[in-house]
Formats: sequence, C-alpha cells, structure tokens
Amino acid sequence: MSDELINPSLIDAREEIVATEQDSARSEGAKRAAAALAGVAAEPGVAKPDAILVADDVSKSFGGVKAVRVDHLEVQRSTITALIGPNGAGKSTFFNLVSGFDKPDTGTWSFNGTDISGSPAYRIARRGMVRTFQLTKALMRLTTLENVMLGATGQRGERMLNAPLRWVWKGQEKDIEQKADDLIERFRLGHMRDEFAGTMSGGQRKLLEMARAMMVDPTMIMLDEPMAGVNPALVQSLLGHIQQLRDDGMSIVLVEHDMDVIMSISDWIVVFAEGAVIAEGRPDDIRTNEKVIEAYLGKRRALPTSQENEA
Amino acid sequence: MNFTDVLSNAFRGAFGPEAAIYALAAVGLNLHFGFTGLLNFGHVGFMLVGAYGVAVSVSTWGLSLWVGLLVGIACSIVLALILGIPTLRLRGDYLAIATIAGAEVLRYFYRSDWAAPLTGGVYGLRQFANEFFALNPYSSDLALGPLYFSARNLWVMTAGWALVILASLLVYLLIRSPWGRVLRAIREDELAARSLGKNVYAYKMQSLVLGGVIGGIAGALIAIATQSVNPDNFNPAVTFYLWAIMILGGASTILGPIIGSMIFWFLATFLDSFLRNATASGVIPPDLLSGPDVGALRFVFVGLCLLLLMIYRPAGILGDPKELRLDVR
Ligand SMILES: Nc1ncnc2c1ncn2[C@@H]1O[C@H](COP(=O)(O)OP(=O)(O)OP(=O)(O)O)[C@@H](O)[C@H]1O
Ligand SMILES: [Mg+2]
Repeated sequence: MSDELINPSLIDAREEIVATEQDSARSEGAKRAAAALAGVAAEPGVAKPDAILVADDVSKSFGGVKAVRVDHLEVQRSTITALIGPNGAGKSTFFNLVSGFDKPDTGTWSFNGTDISGSPAYRIARRGMVRTFQLTKALMRLTTLENVMLGATGQRGERMLNAPLRWVWKGQEKDIEQKADDLIERFRLGHMRDEFAGTMSGGQRKLLEMARAMMVDPTMIMLDEPMAGVNPALVQSLLGHIQQLRDDGMSIVLVEHDMDVIMSISDWIVVFAEGAVIAEGRPDDIRTNEKVIEAYLGKRRALPTSQENEA
Repeated sequence: MNFTDVLSNAFRGAFGPEAAIYALAAVGLNLHFGFTGLLNFGHVGFMLVGAYGVAVSVSTWGLSLWVGLLVGIACSIVLALILGIPTLRLRGDYLAIATIAGAEVLRYFYRSDWAAPLTGGVYGLRQFANEFFALNPYSSDLALGPLYFSARNLWVMTAGWALVILASLLVYLLIRSPWGRVLRAIREDELAARSLGKNVYAYKMQSLVLGGVIGGIAGALIAIATQSVNPDNFNPAVTFYLWAIMILGGASTILGPIIGSMIFWFLATFLDSFLRNATASGVIPPDLLSGPDVGALRFVFVGLCLLLLMIYRPAGILGDPKELRLDVR
C-alpha cells in the first residue's frame, strides 16, 4: 500500500484523473464565476465586478501584534472565495471582525451595499451573512434537531409573549422541523437526530455547525475550517454541497488549510500573511505566486534560490 | 424521644408555607440559571423588593394589599433592569458580582435610618396582610392524624402551592417553545446563538426580568404569610438555600425546584425537630448540645445530606445524569 503511494508514476496518473474529472465536472456556477472574474487582475485589493462584501482599512491589534491590517478587500457575489495563509495570519480574526464578533481598531465594511461596520453580530447574521467557528460551538445539551431548528429566522414562537401560546407557532414549527430534518439528512447526521449534540464527535460537530448555519438561509456564508477533522469521504460530499450552494447563487467564503481542497473548489483565493492580504487570484495565479510560496515556506527557504541566481 | 412528633414535624416542613415560598423563588432562579445560564447570586434581592413592595404600600402609604403586590412586581422588574442593563452584555461573572452586591446593598438600604420612614428601618413593618387573611376560606384547622395545620397556614399553603404550580406551568410552556430553545442555546453558548441572528442580550434580559418577578412574588408571599418584613430576614443565606434547593432537585428541570424545596425543608425540620427532641429527652447529653445550638447545627447536617446527594446523584434528584457526562471538545 505504502509502496503504491510512493510510486511517482502512479501519483501522476492519479492527479491526471482528478484533473480531467474536475474539468469535465465544472458546474454551471463555476463557469459563471470564472466568467465574472475573468477580467479581474490577480493583485491584492483588486476591485470585483459585483462585490457582496467590501472591506476598507480594517485593522485590529492584540497588544503589540497587528493581527489584521486589510487595506481593501472585495468578495465577489456567488463565488467560492478561499482565505488561506499560515497559522496566525489573521484569517479567523478577520472573520470575527466582519461578522461583528470582535471590534476592530479601524475600518469600515459593507455587505450587499449596506454599511454594517459596528453592527451587532446578530443583526449582521439576520442580514444574511452567517459564519461558523473554527472551534466548533455545538450546543451540547440541545439535541441535534434542536440545534439545527434554532437556526431558522423569523420564528414567531421566539417572542416571549407568543411562546406560551402554542397554537400561534405550531404550524411554523412543523415547517421548520421539516426543513431541519432535510438538512440533517443532507449532512448525514440522521442517526444523531435526537441525541444531545454534546455526544457528537469533533467531525460531526463541524457538520452540525454547517447545517445550523444553512438553516438561517444566508446569502453569504463564512466557514472557518469546515473540513478540519471530517473524514475524507465526507469531505468530498461536503465539497459537492458547497459547490451546489454556489451554483444556487450563495456566496461562500472559506478558510481552509488543505491545498488540494482549496485548489479544486475555489473560484478565487485570497492569501493572508501577518494580517495583510499579500496576494489574490484564481487558483492558477496563486499556485505560481512567489510571495505565497515565501509566506508559506518562510524567507530562509526562499532565499537560496535568489542567491543562486546572483551567483 | 418521640419519633411520630419528629416525623410529623418534618412532613409539615415539606408541605408548609416555607417550602411553597422557597419552591416558588427557586422556580425563578431556575429560569435564570437552569435554563438561561445566568449566574444570579442575589435572588434574595428580588424577594426583598417584592416583600417591601407589599409592606410599604400597605403600612406606609395605606394602599390596598393587591396594589402593593403590583408595586412589589414593579420593583422586581426595575431591579432586574438595573442589574441587567450594565452587566448582561458582559461575561457571566459580572452579573454574579452585581447580584451579590445588589442584594446586600438593598438590605442595608432598606434597614438604614434614612429609609426608615418608609421601611421601618431595622424594626421592619408588620400587620399589613389582613386583607389576605380576610379572604381565608378555611374556617377550622386541619388535623390529619399527627399532621396539623392551622387555618391560617392552610390558606397560605393553598395560595403558595397554587402559585408554584402556575409559575411552573408557565415556565414549562415557555421552555418548550422556540423562545425556550433560544434561552437554552444561550445557556450552552452565547456566541453560537448570536451567530444565528438571536438578540442574546434581549433574551437574557427577558429571562432576568421574568425570573426576578417570580422571586419578587415569592418575597411578597413571605411578607404576607408572616404579616411582617424585616431586612435581616433577607440575608445572603436565603439565596444559597435557593441554590441548594435548585441543585438538589435538579437544575433545568421543571419539577426540580418543587421536589428540591420539599426535600430541603423536610431535612431541615426533621433535623431540627430530631435534635431538639433528642436534647430535651436526654438522648443527647445537655452538656454536648443545648437548645440554642440546634438551629445552627441542623444546617450542618442539611449540608452533609446535600453533599451525599451530590455525590450519588450529581445532576440532582430529577436531573439527567447523562447531561453531566457531555464533555467539551
Ligand atoms: N483574542 C486574542 N488575543 C490575543 N491575540 C490574539 C487573539 N486572537 C488572535 N490573536 C492573535 O492574532 C493573530 C491572528 O490570529 P488568527 O486566529 O486570526 O489566525 P488564523 O489565521 O485564523 O490562524 P489559524 O490558521 O491557525 O487558525 C495571531 O498572532 C494570534 O496570536
Ligand atoms: Mg483560524
């Protein structure tokens, strides 16, 4: 088995198969996204033709560490945009800032054309920008079903005065339950439906969190490492879902460390390093970008080549 | 040594007015902590303003008892807002500190000379609940074998347990609704609830106010039952008995506060009665333990019993031990 993996010709063959599969399987949404982004230059802070999220001069320091300093960043509507970068690059902090979970030192940002800087997190979520957390937040003493149902918006029974009047919200509750059940099935959590979420494994919690976020019916979803700890077979099907969502018109921003995943599904990639956006572009642009390689491997590894060139 | 006496006293404790009143207050505390995760360490403060709302309205202002009850409820709402507005946006510990301090500040304020014209200061107020006892439908005392209740107590118990049932029913309906689902979600993880578009602050405030009002009504009932209020009866120990009751019965269960209160008062009166009986009849030599020490010692034993319960039933009598095994990952 391990011999097979090491055999280079086999690996090449596999990659070829994967590549052809992806080419032939490029969905409508992917083509649409590629067309929309066709004329966009691969440079940091570049303007997009139809941006859903626009951030300006957003910065945040923790003590002496400048965790985020984004001069300008736009996210194109109905695309899968990946945020990548080394550990501690500021990706999660950027998520926290734009989703209202943390207050920036400076900066403004708008969503769908409305300035939402300084809005409380729950209002931003209601506007249709929903995020998940890198460290999952399963609501442990709620069942899987309750966790997912919680995500539904505009619930009449969530008003205190309506709450004791069961008949006011019973019908709506049924619809919500139906929708939640569909999502639970889609994320393969059916067997956990009536179990406490606290009994779930780490990977299952990632799935639960995504299902819960989907329940809000977001126009843009921000996923912080959604595949971490999810088994490879399920990753493939999750990727399928995410692409399907994009094809249906949803905007997806995702943080992920797995390069294969990133390169295979992203329409656009934004590279963070030390809090700033150092590169942007299509997967092919990023693959060959010097700055990105440098950021990932460090200057010391990158230096010898330049010295060799001088010599 | 008369065991029938001891046992009948204990049962009287389990069903008596105190048990009902503490159960009612614990229902409010359970809404705070058990269902919303709010750390309220000053529940007695709500009881105090509820009790004085009645007492001051009737004794000082000459209003009707029923208006006084509304005043007590209004005071609980105001107290909840004062405690909640500055702290509920912050981490949970801030509410804990504010409630501990708030309840003590209130006690000192109500007993101060400055407030004495209204509250009667350290002497408190008395004889303001005649309107309540005028409605007493029981004309004679009740004796069920060795169990004996006065007509007065019967009336207080009826009102008390009726309120307990009403409040529990309300909490039951609320908790099983989508509103209750949001509260429980906030208890588990506030940030997750916020990320799903829930206005966590508003929900916490609603829970604090509602639980506070239930506590205030319990306080009003104490004042009515004893026909007297005194600031020093509303000391921090009351809050901690309420916590003991809630945890004993099972926090975040509907019937937990009721069962908890009955067991708590059963134990407390049983031990009190037992120790008194034992010292009086010489089973315990008088130089080892004398009458006045009994009151203090019984709570030592109550504490011991609670300790044993927590070891063998850590989630409380009605709690689901499965919930405690859920770990953080
Ligand atoms: N609450 C905090 N207090 C202090 N420093 C923080 C805090 N949150 C983040 N930081 C710092 O900000 C920087 C960026 O952190 P962030 O979590 O955004 O990185 P990341 O890109 O998400 O990394 P990873 O890929 O490991 O998740 C790090 O240097 C981190 O130490
Ligand atoms: Mg991160």
